Amino acid sequence: MPRDFNPKVITANALLEGDVVYLTIDDRWSRNLSDAEVLTDEADADLRLLQAQARASEVVGVYLTDVRTTSRGPEPIHFREDFRRRGPSNLFHGKQADTLRRA
Amino acid sequence: MYQYNDFDADFIRERNRQFRAQVERRIDGSLTEDEFRPLRLMNGLYLQLHAYMLRVAIPYGSLDPAKLRQLAYLAERWDKGYGHFTTRTNIQFNWPKLRDVPDMLDALAEVEMHAIQTSGNTIRNVTSDHFAGAAADELEDPRPVAELIRQWSTDHPEFQFLPRKFKIAVIASENDRAVMKSHDIGLRIVDREGARGFQVWVGGGMGRTPMVAKLLRDFLPRAELLPYLEAVLATYNLIGRRDNKYKARIKITVHENGLDEIRALVEAEFPRRRAAFAGVDQDWLARINAAFVTPRLAERDASPYYAARRADPVFRAWTDTNVTTHKHADYGIVTISLKAYGATPGDASASQMRLVADLAERFGQKDIRVSHAQNLVLPHVALADVPAVHAALREAGLGTANIGLASDIIACPGMDYCALATARSIPVAQGIALRLEELKIEHEVGHLQIKISGCINACGHHHVGHIGILGLDRAGVENYQITLGGDPSATTTIGTRTGPGFAYDEIVPAIERLILTYLDLRDGPEETFLEAYNRLGMAPFKSALYEHADRAYAAE
Repeated sequence: MPRDFNPKVITANALLEGDVVYLTIDDRWSRNLSDAEVLTDEADADLRLLQAQARASEVVGVYLTDVRTTSRGPEPIHFREDFRRRGPSNLFHGKQADTLRRA
Repeated sequence: MYQYNDFDADFIRERNRQFRAQVERRIDGSLTEDEFRPLRLMNGLYLQLHAYMLRVAIPYGSLDPAKLRQLAYLAERWDKGYGHFTTRTNIQFNWPKLRDVPDMLDALAEVEMHAIQTSGNTIRNVTSDHFAGAAADELEDPRPVAELIRQWSTDHPEFQFLPRKFKIAVIASENDRAVMKSHDIGLRIVDREGARGFQVWVGGGMGRTPMVAKLLRDFLPRAELLPYLEAVLATYNLIGRRDNKYKARIKITVHENGLDEIRALVEAEFPRRRAAFAGVDQDWLARINAAFVTPRLAERDASPYYAARRADPVFRAWTDTNVTTHKHADYGIVTISLKAYGATPGDASASQMRLVADLAERFGQKDIRVSHAQNLVLPHVALADVPAVHAALREAGLGTANIGLASDIIACPGMDYCALATARSIPVAQGIALRLEELKIEHEVGHLQIKISGCINACGHHHVGHIGILGLDRAGVENYQITLGGDPSATTTIGTRTGPGFAYDEIVPAIERLILTYLDLRDGPEETFLEAYNRLGMAPFKSALYEHADRAYAAE
């Protein structure tokens, strides 16, 4: 029986802006975690990670991170990933402000 | 203030040209991130949690109005309108874009600034006393020596790839305002039988293995400084550990080999190094000295200052904490708090920076300092002008009267920005300051230094806080350990851990309990928190923290 595999997404920082980005199912880098491709199979996740790491001219520091799947899409499990998704808590900067601008 | 000569200007211009080309090659794919990373770090460019971060060196914390205005310009032109002053007296910009960084570096070069050696395993920004040149208790201004060390260490070919980063501080008074004994090398300018030279301290540091520096040489003649520093650095470079990052700082080299062995190795190397110095460095030092002349301060009637103190209790309270005695009786040293209640410690907006630059120009002999406690200082203000300075600062949200008090908190950026952090620091500092303001007790509490780090690297100096707070990740939850009894002054002491840590929502109430316990138990208002702790020991404070056992977090 295969061991349990916690769902994951692929994340990195954009090379030019440094923004936190997530890999989508159609191979784009999105600023929104809700757009991320959720990987539920370990072999698939490893392959997608290798493919993402090959895109060194677009992103820096590619890695897999655990998520929980919800009706709103993937949600971070660790608080560090929650801050990466949102922005700093002392100032309304980063993604939280960008999201507002887009709305 | 030291002015760049042609060599300095050419050197910075060439480094900036090289970095611009390196950025272009990274963007066009000619350089991989592994190749580019050490190059960007050599130029102070980090990649943090949400964005790049550019750390700009402010040598020994000294600025003039033109430099500070240029930092304000960078903040507005390429960042989000503010900068963050650090415990190494540098400034960090948290939101630059990679393509813009070469332009930012060129703009810095226009005012003789750069970001070189603000990262990497090199000799970092040399720090000094933020009251240098103004303090009544100093033997001399320590900054010319700091500048000599800066010039010697910048791009020094032998010391670009040390086992680990290396930090030097220089002071010239018994009263240590630069946490000198927490440095890899701490220098104190001293007199011995009519001769001037240095006490050399080695192996201090914070991080995961905090240590107080040990006295390596009680007296080093003035002219022998650079060859002696080279002997120490060369010894460390040779035997410092490169197998384990956590054991690579010189404090571990000293600890593992013993001070006597290190001293013997340094003294054996020293004559060889000394022979290679022809005295040119002393000629340079003479030229540098000439650039640091203490301004000629005219006599000024200080009576308006005392009249304002009598008439205005808000002004009086502010001067009690934020104005320090100057060596000239008609002048004062004004410390500008970057710790407004609820604000991020060390942050200043572009408009605040411009205001401070204007005040320095108008009232402060064009001299501005950054302190390791993340505040700004106007070192030479005529007492008669202090009321006008205070009024302008208040209007800009810079009039907080809390220097040396419990809300004058050092806090690292923590997990709100830093990729290495294990927990947040800034909101904890904000929470404590807001609670103190709510209780209106900090003037009654008096001198109390709270220092917060968001990881074991201890950038927030928590080990030497009277109350230290260390944020950790415990099983995926933020958890805060408390240390008590740390001391950053001349009697440097590493704090002692109280016990199990506290959850994020428990840490501010825990600090409040400590402070209220101190108020209950102190031997009168003259006894500071640190003195009370040293008299009473850990027990009553521990009891105040953990008798709320149901609130204490079990994990250690």
